[in-house]
Amino acid sequence: MIQGTIGLDNAGVVLNGAPVWQHVTGHFAAGSMTAIAGANGAGKSTLLRAILGEVPLAAGTITLDGLHPRDFGYLPQARKIDRAFPISVADMVLGGAWHRMGAFGGATRALRQRAADALDRVKLGQQAGRMIDALSAGQFQRLLFARLLMTDARVMMLDEPFTALDAPTTQDLLGLVCEWHEQGRTIIAVLHDMHQIRRCFPHVVLLSGGRAVWGETARILTPATLRQAYDGMQPRWPDTDA
Amino acid sequence: MSGLFSVLWGPFADFGFMRRALVACVTLGMGAGPVGVMLQLRRMSLIGDAMSHAILPGAAIGFLLAGGLSLTAMGLGGIGAGLGVALLAGLVSRRTHLAEDASFASFYLTSLALGVLIVSARGSNIDLLHVLFGTILAIDGPALYLMGGITTLSLGLLAVIWRPLVMECVDPGFMRMSGARGGLYHMVFLFLVVINLVAGFEALGTLMSVGMMMVPAATARLWTRRLLPMMALSALVGMGAGLVGLLVSYHCHLAAGPSIILTCSVLYILSLLASPAGIRAGNSLSL
Repeated sequence: MIQGTIGLDNAGVVLNGAPVWQHVTGHFAAGSMTAIAGANGAGKSTLLRAILGEVPLAAGTITLDGLHPRDFGYLPQARKIDRAFPISVADMVLGGAWHRMGAFGGATRALRQRAADALDRVKLGQQAGRMIDALSAGQFQRLLFARLLMTDARVMMLDEPFTALDAPTTQDLLGLVCEWHEQGRTIIAVLHDMHQIRRCFPHVVLLSGGRAVWGETARILTPATLRQAYDGMQPRWPDTDA
Repeated sequence: MSGLFSVLWGPFADFGFMRRALVACVTLGMGAGPVGVMLQLRRMSLIGDAMSHAILPGAAIGFLLAGGLSLTAMGLGGIGAGLGVALLAGLVSRRTHLAEDASFASFYLTSLALGVLIVSARGSNIDLLHVLFGTILAIDGPALYLMGGITTLSLGLLAVIWRPLVMECVDPGFMRMSGARGGLYHMVFLFLVVINLVAGFEALGTLMSVGMMMVPAATARLWTRRLLPMMALSALVGMGAGLVGLLVSYHCHLAAGPSIILTCSVLYILSLLASPAGIRAGNSLSL
């Protein structure tokens, strides 16, 4: 296996006594760009969290060949962050340098400069002194990308990075993700927009009915597999049958 | 002028117990204010209240073993009981589907009942009143040293865990994924809550010591949106309320502890009316 590859072998996760997905086998090659797709509740975010060791496996193994936890950068769903907390944009971005600063290290001049550069890169350079609750949804997502930029991680894990964003913001941030890919970083992103996946992500993991279909996007995202992945959810809500 | 001076400073110049009470208020305000701000920002205000009840059985056992009101014995007992309840609540919330606040509610009520049972079985009603509502005018030198030590430890620890605590507050998911031990800092923070409550309970009792923590913090949040000024203001409000509350208590012959907490409440209500984020702002500002 090439160094930097993330491999799943017959992996399964059980939450609250119910299997989320099982018998998942496949690998994210080093430097690859993969989308994770599937209906709500299919276990997309759980797959990210399992790779990061946040969710224990009920079966199988996940191997992180040559990768250390600090090699992973994570972009959480924006709604899971307390935006009312009184912290400035600049301080929030510096949080991305946790691996360098740790709990007690100081923010050096070089790190502050990197944070300023990261904010400039996502067009938030003028907002550094503002509090995070003063940002719009799009600006806040740009801020999360700037923090991710600060991690300088080899593997970028993004959980619904473009949800509820307007087209220009999505375009800007997608451009940044493509740039990371060109730099040789591994990209794994949970996405809902099939057009976006087809256009930009060469590989996809489609979670459907507790299983994963894994491979090249053009081969995996067929009308039949999509129907199975998304229509397959309907029996859980009988009211929608009508 | 001299009349005003004698009203404001006379009680402290004339009576050692008033000076000690003032030092206690300054010390408690300085330690509990910043912790209260962080507690509120972590949306754990009621957990602070629950904790103040949870320390009661430990304090009661310390009270019985020491044969009276001894801050050292009761403090150690209170810290043990508070941390015990925090650990149990954390354990239950991780092993079951119950949220941490629900486990806290169950354990603190058990703890409160146990504490009252212990004190009432072995002590007098006066003892029970002292444990529940404190005796700030009877604070002695050793108790002040202990309060000062706790405040110093509290501010020092808060400074040490500042960054991870803030990060864990804003985005616990990112914190965990970054490999930081968020749970550890959460427990250290709960320890800070417990020791500040313990510092306050000889002065204000187990039921009211949380008032010095929460009401000044809520007041400060109405005036500023920056974290450090918020904490400093919270400490100042607590200290100021201590001074004013003691004077009101002295001149109006009212109980000192409730006077201090009610002064905090008056400052809070005035802030609600006058501050930029108060009721004038409606829902346009969320702090």
